[in-house]
Amino acid sequence: MGRYVARRLIQFIPVILGTLFLLHIMSVLTIQLVGDPVRALFGENAPPASVIQQMRADYNLDDPCLQQPGNPCVGLFIDRLSQYATFNFGINFRGREVTELFVERFPVTVRLTVIALVFESIVGVFLGVMAGLRKDKFVDNFVRFSTVILIAFPVFVFGTLTQLFIGLQLGLKVRDSSWAPEWLGQMINVGYTSDYPWLSLVLPGIVLGAFSLAAIARLTRTSLIENLRSDYVRTARAKGLPASRVVGVHTLRNSLIPVVTYIGIDIGLLLGGALVTEGIFNIPGVGQLVYLAIQANDTPVILGVVTILVIVFLVANLIVDILYAALDPRIRYE
Amino acid sequence: MSDVMAGQSAGTAQEQATPASGPTTGKDRSLWGDVGYELMRNPVFWISLILVLIVLSMSFAPQLWAHTSPNTSGACQLEHAREKPSSAHPFGYTSAGCDMWASVVWGAGKSVIVAILVTIGTVIMGLVLGTASGFFGGFTDTIISRVTDVFFGLPFILGALVFLAIFPDRNVWTLTAVLTILGWTSLTRVMRGSVIATKQKDYVDAARALGGSNFFIIRKHILANSVAPLIVLATIGLGSFIGAEATLTYLGVGYQRPTVSWGLLVDDGQNLALAGFPHLLVIPAAFIVVTVLAFILLGDALRDALDPRTR
Repeated sequence: MGRYVARRLIQFIPVILGTLFLLHIMSVLTIQLVGDPVRALFGENAPPASVIQQMRADYNLDDPCLQQPGNPCVGLFIDRLSQYATFNFGINFRGREVTELFVERFPVTVRLTVIALVFESIVGVFLGVMAGLRKDKFVDNFVRFSTVILIAFPVFVFGTLTQLFIGLQLGLKVRDSSWAPEWLGQMINVGYTSDYPWLSLVLPGIVLGAFSLAAIARLTRTSLIENLRSDYVRTARAKGLPASRVVGVHTLRNSLIPVVTYIGIDIGLLLGGALVTEGIFNIPGVGQLVYLAIQANDTPVILGVVTILVIVFLVANLIVDILYAALDPRIRYE
Repeated sequence: MSDVMAGQSAGTAQEQATPASGPTTGKDRSLWGDVGYELMRNPVFWISLILVLIVLSMSFAPQLWAHTSPNTSGACQLEHAREKPSSAHPFGYTSAGCDMWASVVWGAGKSVIVAILVTIGTVIMGLVLGTASGFFGGFTDTIISRVTDVFFGLPFILGALVFLAIFPDRNVWTLTAVLTILGWTSLTRVMRGSVIATKQKDYVDAARALGGSNFFIIRKHILANSVAPLIVLATIGLGSFIGAEATLTYLGVGYQRPTVSWGLLVDDGQNLALAGFPHLLVIPAAFIVVTVLAFILLGDALRDALDPRTR
């Protein structure tokens, strides 16, 4: 196990450096091609040249290599890396630190992502098992049909439609009615309310997890069907073990291995999707920070927050990989 | 993620598919003849193909479906703004007073053309890089695989944001470039795996023993026998790129007004839908979902036909 962890950590270093370099090169190349974002910030009412020059210096945009298209600006990248190492991810156009903005909003996004993860893994695995055990029966066809429809919904379409039909039209009736308890009405609401920090995130969390729910259900189904045909399941049955033990212990545990990998990759998808969901449901999380920064053309915030999110994603992936090796000895000894 | 609701039809097709009943003489049917034969009897294939053809014709010849573009002068009247669907205009009017049907039809092209260009780009990259790394292995493989890992580490939407947010004006080409740069990894990985599996077949050894050059073996044997999973994934990918373009446009880093596109129509509709005009949101959303669904189902039908394990 120790050797596996060590090897995995060594592999992690080039990947994280490479990904950060990729982000760096993308932003640098765009600035080289279209000019720096300070100029875009002011548009036609440009302030005196000295002010612009000052801002360029403040935001690290005065490096001469930014004027040479095709130059990878390695020096600037090393500067940035040393800043990242001290948790400095830049300042926004109003002078606040991106790290500070991020930290005060991160808990909400974590709650949203946790709700989505819990929802998608529990419901997804349950649906996948139901479908896999009754292959080609009604349940199976229903699950396959509904998941393919769910996959066809982009997050923002699903989100806006859910907000309209569930949050507004159904939710309004529930909140106005005399029979429904308070928590139910708050659970299906059009937006986030800080009085109910978990309940009002349930609906957005379901929207966020819907796509991955479908993927997890189908993955569980396929892998369960494959494993049910394997020799060790036949042996377990022949020994006379009860069906619940054959499925629950022997088959399911092995079938969940690809699902765990998927959940690791999925964290990245959820962080991207959180951007959209938080914009729609007006949730004051990290995604909304980016959403507002896009509208205000606040490039340092976009770059800083995306960098932090990418690091979070890669570290989460690393942790999932290590946990996964703890679950499955075959991977450790590969 | 294997077959979608084509399970039953594939099952019955199997039983009836005795060699003599095929359109070509059964024994000599090639792989692709077999695939065509499977597809012909799959209703899901026909439904999704028809939907895909309708959407493609909307994108390349919108005047067939709605004669006036919402961008011609006088096409939109503010007095009609947000009008609900009626018998003369079954889809109602947009928030700017344009006919919703015309807007949706003329907006199809912007979304679909980007998706097609991105699919062409990613397929070419996937073919070249995947074949190179799978066939030659060794150093080439290490380099390509590590670069793929790095790109894979960048979540799609997040990466596209950084790039697009700095561009002051975004059009078909910038969107295509960004989506291609971020979207080629999965196709390359699939192609690499498929090429590695094909490379170990006996006929490749035979071709090499007969003196076939690398280029000849790749062209004649490897490509034809390993391209199937790539085609399936690319078809499904086309649908998801339509969704991705709409998402980026919705976030404010895709197309900009006065372009008409599906993402912009949903964006327009979102706030007004909550204010009592649901059709502004539901209609463009329905077009996006049905289009994406059609491509996914087409890809799944292809997968069912191409995967010999389901036969």
